[in-house]
Amino acid sequence: MKLSREEVLHIASLARIGVTEDEVDRLSEQLSIMLDYFQVLQKIDTAEVMPTAQPNALQNVTMSDEVRPSLSSQEVIANAPQREDDFFKVKIVLEE
Amino acid sequence: MTNLNELTIHEVHDLLKSKQISSIELTKSSLQRIREIDSKIRALVTVTEESALQAAQEADRLIAAGQITPLTGIPAIIKDNMCTRRIRTTCSSKMLENFVPPYNATVVEKLNSAGIVMVGKSNMDEFAMGSSTENSAFFTTHNPWDLERVPGGSSGGSAAAVAAGEAVYALGSDTGGSIRQPASFCSLTGLKPTYGRVSRYGLVAFASSLDQIGPLTRDVIDCALVMNCIAGYDKCDSTSVNRAVPDYTQSLGPDLKGLRIGVPKEYFVEGMQTEVKTAVETAIKRVEELGAIIDFDASLPTTPYALAVYYIIAPSEASANLARYDGVKYGFSFKDAASMWEAMEKTRQYGFGSEVKRRIMLGTYALSAGYYDAYYLKSQKVRTLIRQEFDHAFQKYDALLTPTSPTVPFVIGEKIDNPLQMYLSDICTLSVNIAGIPAISIPCGFSKGLPVGMQIIGKPFSEETLFRVAYAYQQVTDWHLRIPPI
Repeated sequence: MKLSREEVLHIASLARIGVTEDEVDRLSEQLSIMLDYFQVLQKIDTAEVMPTAQPNALQNVTMSDEVRPSLSSQEVIANAPQREDDFFKVKIVLEE
Repeated sequence: MTNLNELTIHEVHDLLKSKQISSIELTKSSLQRIREIDSKIRALVTVTEESALQAAQEADRLIAAGQITPLTGIPAIIKDNMCTRRIRTTCSSKMLENFVPPYNATVVEKLNSAGIVMVGKSNMDEFAMGSSTENSAFFTTHNPWDLERVPGGSSGGSAAAVAAGEAVYALGSDTGGSIRQPASFCSLTGLKPTYGRVSRYGLVAFASSLDQIGPLTRDVIDCALVMNCIAGYDKCDSTSVNRAVPDYTQSLGPDLKGLRIGVPKEYFVEGMQTEVKTAVETAIKRVEELGAIIDFDASLPTTPYALAVYYIIAPSEASANLARYDGVKYGFSFKDAASMWEAMEKTRQYGFGSEVKRRIMLGTYALSAGYYDAYYLKSQKVRTLIRQEFDHAFQKYDALLTPTSPTVPFVIGEKIDNPLQMYLSDICTLSVNIAGIPAISIPCGFSKGLPVGMQIIGKPFSEETLFRVAYAYQQVTDWHLRIPPI
């Protein structure tokens, strides 16, 4: 199976990654090779098998809701690409 | 005195304890070695000279006060995907090229408490995605055994640095083989612990159900010493298992009489290099001579499916873990965008390298509506079968022996244009992460001067058994004592 240009662009938009035309072609080819390879799993009968999410079967691990020391706002904002006072500065999120 | 750069943790510890050397001397020797050799090896992204000398001074103070522990004052290197407070942590990616973490990974905190002298952060495949360190966005690391060849990946920088004598040990991370395969390629001992044995807090996440941190050392004694320090429950990691950490050095010694070992034939893959096969088979015979009962006909029929399972699960989890890199709170941020979405799309287009983007795309597809059942859910079910098959095998065997890699270190550039070929280098290591079980790679020979590694696999929380086998083997062989001719 070969991924179409539209499918590759759709995946790229879901992943929020910009792609050039060259990349679309290359990705279409490379991803298709991988997806073809994955068909090997269809040979295995997994009708009665439960999925494994992670190996150690821990469930519902929670932390108690107590105030404890955390990072200061200065430490948190120190890596901000754009900031204004103690705020992360971003492009407008909701447009009219 | 032997070249300081060739000593193990335990040898150096004895010298420090008996005051024959100081941590400052040791650290200066390490930094000098880095100055001399790293321009050829390119193992390090950041050299932390100033803080290392400060840590060494503090370590010497502790030692003088009689407060020495096995790792105190010993130069080490940390893979650049583990957060080190106030020290740049890049994951060898443009996305985090200037990222300075405000906190330490738990393993770093633990090593700091033990008096580590961190001399640098090591190069890796970007975001731990790769098997050769060629996917670093900055530069490729060279194998000290042959500079034209790769050191393996993704912990190639850590492995190359220890092999070249830039530090006494290093930490790596392993999601599909990224500690073990570089250990094999650089002739080191490298352990991937049981999933949940070592905290992942502060390890930049790649695939959350597969990632583990582990040691890269010159011998198994050192590996046990590092594990004694870094293993253990951490409430900051919700996948961390609350189980006591034994003194792993106690497992170094008992002989192998009566130990039942299986050699699964599926690991001797078609396309495996003859010299690798021979070296591993010879090593297994040696283990048999040490008293172990070897079944050469063990079989794990789901082995061939591990590649597909891994290359669906890991990219899927990565697509979720790497969604955070949006140029908003930290990291690379594309400035000249017209809109918020364009800013994010261009940030990720230019901040990530091609292998990272490829895997995110693969994972996004596998998780997307209409494909989730056929890919992600299916692979999670096959994952259960792989784990069950190991559980079943461990009823018959105490450990399994396999090659670590089907080949010796390959030439830089040889596989980079063929992703599937590159993925096949991990064929012997992937199942272990899928099942969440521990495995160690130890040197077992050379082929035309290039290292060959043998992998010992155990059931969950059986690191002691792995150490026991590795130790017995290292007592009667000297592969692990050889130094690259660099």
